Amino acid sequence: MPIPQHWRLQNQRYRLTGEVCNTCGAKLFPPRDVCPECAKPAYEPFQFAGKGEVYSFTVLSDAPAGYEAYEPYPVALVKLQEGPLVTAQLTDVDPQDVRIGMPVEMVTRKLTEDGDDGLIVYGYKFRPVLKAAANG
Amino acid sequence: MRDVSIIGIGQTEVGEHWGKSLRHLAGEAVLAAMRDAGIERADALYVGNMLSGELNGQEHLGALIADFVGLRGVEAVKIEAACGSGAAAVRMGYLAVASGLLDVVIVVGVEKMTDQKGAVTTAGLAMAADAEYEVVNGISFVSLNALLMQRYMHEYGVQHEDFAGFPINAHKNAATNPYAMFRKPISLEAFKRARMVAAPINLMDSSPVADGAAAVVLAPSDVARRFQPASVRIIGSANATDSLAVHDRRDPLFLSAAALSAQRAYRQAGIGPNDVDFFELHDAFSITAALSLEAAGFAERGRGVYLAKDGEIALDGRIPICTFGGLKARGHPVGATGVYQIVEAVLQLRHLAGPNQVKNARIGMTQNIGGSGATVITHILAAEG
Repeated sequence: MPIPQHWRLQNQRYRLTGEVCNTCGAKLFPPRDVCPECAKPAYEPFQFAGKGEVYSFTVLSDAPAGYEAYEPYPVALVKLQEGPLVTAQLTDVDPQDVRIGMPVEMVTRKLTEDGDDGLIVYGYKFRPVLKAAANG
Repeated sequence: MRDVSIIGIGQTEVGEHWGKSLRHLAGEAVLAAMRDAGIERADALYVGNMLSGELNGQEHLGALIADFVGLRGVEAVKIEAACGSGAAAVRMGYLAVASGLLDVVIVVGVEKMTDQKGAVTTAGLAMAADAEYEVVNGISFVSLNALLMQRYMHEYGVQHEDFAGFPINAHKNAATNPYAMFRKPISLEAFKRARMVAAPINLMDSSPVADGAAAVVLAPSDVARRFQPASVRIIGSANATDSLAVHDRRDPLFLSAAALSAQRAYRQAGIGPNDVDFFELHDAFSITAALSLEAAGFAERGRGVYLAKDGEIALDGRIPICTFGGLKARGHPVGATGVYQIVEAVLQLRHLAGPNQVKNARIGMTQNIGGSGATVITHILAAEG
């Protein structure tokens, strides 16, 4: 992906900013400008808390080009507390220990890098909720 | 609107064609279909293809292939809908002939995938998914389907082994298909032992990367017999869409575009699932086969997998699928697959399927899926007369 395409996504990648539909109240991530629930305009930014649970997961051992160095790594569909599903890698967890329903939270991590001289791409991953954070 | 029939078919063997380029493969299929139809010219050529730009450094396939097969001058264009490109192109040909604007249209699906390293092809296939919100997170196309399979097993209490019947059936049927990539049966043991690709999907759940091309010739039904005594009529044709990304679906385990596309085709044909004699479905992965059977109305939700266990998908079963090996064992040259399915359905309806023949086949359905269910094209075909 070209650099400007990554740059435009900074609010989604680093802050998990989506949108809320002013008509039906649906919370949307990724932002999409037209609410898929009621087909009305949805331009109002909405800040997601970054908490959710694992809806499904897998472990990649045949990674696409650019990600081979990280195999094997777990990828999940995370069900955010506010409703939407997000596709993201899981981190700070042994793939063997991942379970459907496991509580997770967003962290910012390196996703990939474009060779030795190219862009280092950062974005959201999800990790098991830390005990201290869960209590606080 | 006019009725449309298929008056010619052609296909190349599916496999690793190191000695043949994309244009040669497409040309071979087109010329075979033209010979079968007994035609020397056409009004248009539509090319179904997904990855020629990414894997072969070549776009603009319409003009390239039209010229290569001696049709310089005709209307020609490439049609792309990821792994659904082939049937999407057939659908466009159908619309053109049905509208009355064109009379004879050739549709070819072609894909040349094996010139590149595996990771490059894997990255290319991932372009069927959302680049900004799925692919950048390191997902592959296999892993998106693995997310569905894992959730399916969790929600319905299904074991991985329960899916074994899909690849076993596909390989059994491919064994007697001279155009198939894998012409040998596999055992339950082989399924269980297969290397993991993206858990729970293993190698035997997955269709192979392959090269291949298939073509059909379409013409108005009222003149079809003049060309082809064994013509086959398209009695239903539909294309439906869903969100590109799996995470944008309210219910990821229901392929709503597959359901919509099937319902529209059933309505047009005036039939229901019980009238279908065989179903060439899109078994890119064994989970896709189960979800397709459910979406198209052949099984209740969570029950599609049991059709494979109970032998109902065999050639002599209630609803035979993958009668020439399906994507799993005939092979899955992505943009060509949808046309292969239709070529195979025509062979069944002409009763020229040899050892793969479904007895008394009168009505066949094909369903080609782009991406993880975002574009789904269904065709229902009927033997003439």
